[in-house]
Amino acid sequence: MNRTFSERKLVIIAIFIATGLACIGRLYYMQIIDDSYKLDASNEAFRHVTQYPPRGCIFDRNGKLLVTNEAAYDILVVPSQVRDIDTASFCNDLGIKKDDFISGIKKAIVLNTATHPSVFLKEVTPEIYASFEEKMYKYHGFSAQVRTIRKYPMKIAPHLLGYIGEVSKELCARNPKYKEGDYIGISGMEESYESDLGGIKGEKIMMMDAMNREVGEYKNGKYSKPPDPGENLTCTLDAALQAYGEKLMANKAGSIVAIEPATGEILALVSSPEYDPNLLIGSVRAKNYAKLAEDTLTVPLFNRALMAQYPPGSTFKPIEALIGQQEGTLTPQTSYYCPGAFIMGSNVHIACDSRHGSLQLQDAIAKSCNTYFCNVFVAMMNNRSYGSTEEAFEAWRKYVLGFGFGARPDIDLPSALRGNVPAASHYDKTFGEGRWKAGTIAWLGIGQGELEVTPLQLADEAAIIANRGYYITPHVVKGIGTKAGPAKKYTLRHYVPVDEKYFQIVVDGMSDVVSGGTAAASKIPGIIMCGKTGTAQNPYGRDNSLFIAFAPKDTPRIAVSVVVERGGWGADWAAPIASLMIEKYLNGTVKRTDLEQRMMEGNTLNYLLQEKTEPKAFKNSASAEAKRKRSKPNKH
Amino acid sequence: MSDRRHNILRYTDWFTISLYALLVIIGWLNIYSAVYNPAHPSVFDTSQRYGKQIIWILTAFLLAFFIMLTEASFFSVFAYMLYGIALLSLVAVIFVGRNVKGSHSWFHIGTVSIQPAELGIFAINLGLAKYLSGENVKIKKAGTLMRTLALLFIPMLAIVLQNETGVAVTYVSFVIVLYREGMSGSILLALMFAALLFIMALVGSKLILTGILAGIAAVVFLIFTRRKTRDLFRIGGILILSVGILWGADYGLKKLEPHQRDRIEVFLHPNANKSKQGYNLNQAKIAIGSGSFWGKGYLEGTQTKFHFVPEQATDFIFCTLCEEWGFAGASVVIFLFIVLLIRIVMLAERQRSPFSRIYGYGVASILFIHIAINTGMTLGIVPVIGIPLPFFSYGGSSLWAFTLLLFIFLRLDADRLQILK
Repeated sequence: MNRTFSERKLVIIAIFIATGLACIGRLYYMQIIDDSYKLDASNEAFRHVTQYPPRGCIFDRNGKLLVTNEAAYDILVVPSQVRDIDTASFCNDLGIKKDDFISGIKKAIVLNTATHPSVFLKEVTPEIYASFEEKMYKYHGFSAQVRTIRKYPMKIAPHLLGYIGEVSKELCARNPKYKEGDYIGISGMEESYESDLGGIKGEKIMMMDAMNREVGEYKNGKYSKPPDPGENLTCTLDAALQAYGEKLMANKAGSIVAIEPATGEILALVSSPEYDPNLLIGSVRAKNYAKLAEDTLTVPLFNRALMAQYPPGSTFKPIEALIGQQEGTLTPQTSYYCPGAFIMGSNVHIACDSRHGSLQLQDAIAKSCNTYFCNVFVAMMNNRSYGSTEEAFEAWRKYVLGFGFGARPDIDLPSALRGNVPAASHYDKTFGEGRWKAGTIAWLGIGQGELEVTPLQLADEAAIIANRGYYITPHVVKGIGTKAGPAKKYTLRHYVPVDEKYFQIVVDGMSDVVSGGTAAASKIPGIIMCGKTGTAQNPYGRDNSLFIAFAPKDTPRIAVSVVVERGGWGADWAAPIASLMIEKYLNGTVKRTDLEQRMMEGNTLNYLLQEKTEPKAFKNSASAEAKRKRSKPNKH
Repeated sequence: MSDRRHNILRYTDWFTISLYALLVIIGWLNIYSAVYNPAHPSVFDTSQRYGKQIIWILTAFLLAFFIMLTEASFFSVFAYMLYGIALLSLVAVIFVGRNVKGSHSWFHIGTVSIQPAELGIFAINLGLAKYLSGENVKIKKAGTLMRTLALLFIPMLAIVLQNETGVAVTYVSFVIVLYREGMSGSILLALMFAALLFIMALVGSKLILTGILAGIAAVVFLIFTRRKTRDLFRIGGILILSVGILWGADYGLKKLEPHQRDRIEVFLHPNANKSKQGYNLNQAKIAIGSGSFWGKGYLEGTQTKFHFVPEQATDFIFCTLCEEWGFAGASVVIFLFIVLLIRIVMLAERQRSPFSRIYGYGVASILFIHIAINTGMTLGIVPVIGIPLPFFSYGGSSLWAFTLLLFIFLRLDADRLQILK
């Protein structure tokens, strides 16, 4: 009998089932158990593309746009995909040389390998990009990435606004938030408000094919993270006033700081010479920065308003008047005789501008009598209630510090300097312990000598007097995003250690300065301005012209400090400029057009250029700034 | 006439046809996804592969319909003639076929390309069935076995000469038919053992393997036999043959074409070079692995869609399935395939005619080896051999080939009660 072998079907079916199960088992291993293939999939098919958030814009106090963004394009290249390119037309479109083309590609390969995209050309302007984009389909291997760069429609306040630039390698290494190529605020508001302006980077998950070409967004962007745009800032600045101040300071070295006394808001912060902020954006930044940095005589990159340190000269006299009264060593009725100089013993001889004769306090302020205030200072130093001159001096110093001098103002801008209020130990070192007396340092009473202040501190002094005894820390931002109002620390009143009652006589004296005193030429029709001139001696050359002021006298709305380096008399430049600023701010227009024209056209920069040496104050400040950058470049 | 048609409808195995249709449709959905082009979303866009495949599918259905209309006895009567025609085309294409990537295996007639190695397999199967179902043909007889092997080796040789070694390998599946028809089971075992040895030889140290084999032989001789000289010769012979295969494998590998050697190298050392020869396989594995349990969703596959996996619509279509439908979907498809194979075996067993039964087993075997090798290579458990996944892979030639193969059997099955021979 033939065997039919039909039972063998079972063996065959078993082979089929076993094979099927083997496949399913293998699938189970690969798809469920083994994780390594999953990780690979996300690496190979996806590229995480950084989405740069637009930086926040900056508006002035009236909603005028100060800083905005403009698109710029980074041209990217994947070297391995570059082929069949008409290099002549390519270079022509981008405005580069053929050598740049070759070296650019070589650099990209070294930087990022041939198969990954690298930046070939940075920050191409929209105009150039437009013509390039039309032909981009012909340029295999090239693509573009949008970046935003800053634009300054009003071209004002470069020092205050600051600039942005690529983040340093060190910061990238320290802070994982930053990657090379990211932009970060480097100075001014851009630096101090980086965390608000910068926004949060987003990420697009792009799908790549095997040739490393983008083929679309993964799941139409379901897993992509859109960038969080930076917050807009409302600046305290009055753009019109700022622009006006910059015009007034043309061809002068110096600064204007204007503060609203009631709030501490900075209305104008002019540092001259200045530069067009649009010079420090995009691809031209490096070149222009180098050019600006080269100018070591007028130092246009240097923010004088916050960093220049000058002896306050006679603008310090109101402080002296206040301290003396508080101490009880001076009353409004105290009278000193001025023979044309302050003379003490055989060594001390401090000249006065004229022979003022017998003066009382209000008149002494109005006429800025050196003799009177040296006497005021010496009277306090020699007061019996103190055990020694040194003790008296430390008490005096405490008062001065109480006005914000000698300490870095807590302003919301980087790089403000502290000025200098010498300590007793300084004189111990200079003259020997116990070997200095009131007379030795009497010049402090008229703001000379080792005393150094910044224009910001001077403006704050004016604000303190305007407020009759307190200040609110000056600041430049009054609103972040939709949140109105400044940070809490910029709403607190800081009282100076002098009682309110002692201010009136000083205010009256400062009012006389303008109505009939040293700054009589700067009277503003219809506005009662209080001011104080300063003509600060300067060992390197011509005197610096200083002026502090506030107005109106009884309900002050603006406090100003003006410094014109090498301007000579305070009344020559600083006072008229301050008065014009005040008139402009309070009235909106300036009627004294002759004065305005004279100020705008005036040139004091020549005096500085003639000296041909770097001013000492800046040398120190510049190195201090460099030190600050080195020691804590990462605030955020 | 109407009576006959009535019978055909009644005795046609609609279960198998449903499985066939289901697999073809799932296959097409995967092709659509694998080559999906958002610019041409229309499924009838014949500029795209999914549009073309629709034409292939419709013509395959038409082909199936005509086969069902054909007299069943036609296939039995003309079996040798069809075999002859197939063999002739297999030889002719070596000389006429255009060189496509080193292979001479395609006829180009107008815009249509036909690969006789794929398309002709039903005829080879018919010829084999015809011969084995003949009177006094006993596979145990040496002469029968020689003639049977000749029937298979001649077309295989032609296919190897076309440079389509992968297709030739599928002929090995006929060993299942021979086994069912009475070939000694030890030959099947020996073949499996040889294949295992071959792969082992490539993976492991040949010296150690030789030692292990000798050890096993010694144990078998000492414990399981009566230690006669005859047993010694028998076991010694097997041992010598095994060791020969073991050492010959290495030599054989060197004799292979470079691309074939690469494929085997890649299979053996999958992580050695991911970017060159290993690229296809590695990308396929990544695609599969990233599918996880439920898959990424239809048309959401990233690896297969963006050309990470080459030949994704043809030989590597299983990848797309695994990536987008996950373990769940891929398991269901494997399950469907296995059900189809078992169904065909059951249909074959119910045939009264040996011709129909042998042909049926041939169909199951050919489908089985294609499914096993194709999924196996995609999953990295078999070296890469470029053969299609039945009903799934893109291409008219293969779809027609499998449709012909299957429906001739279904036609024979529908006639199972009529024909006694």
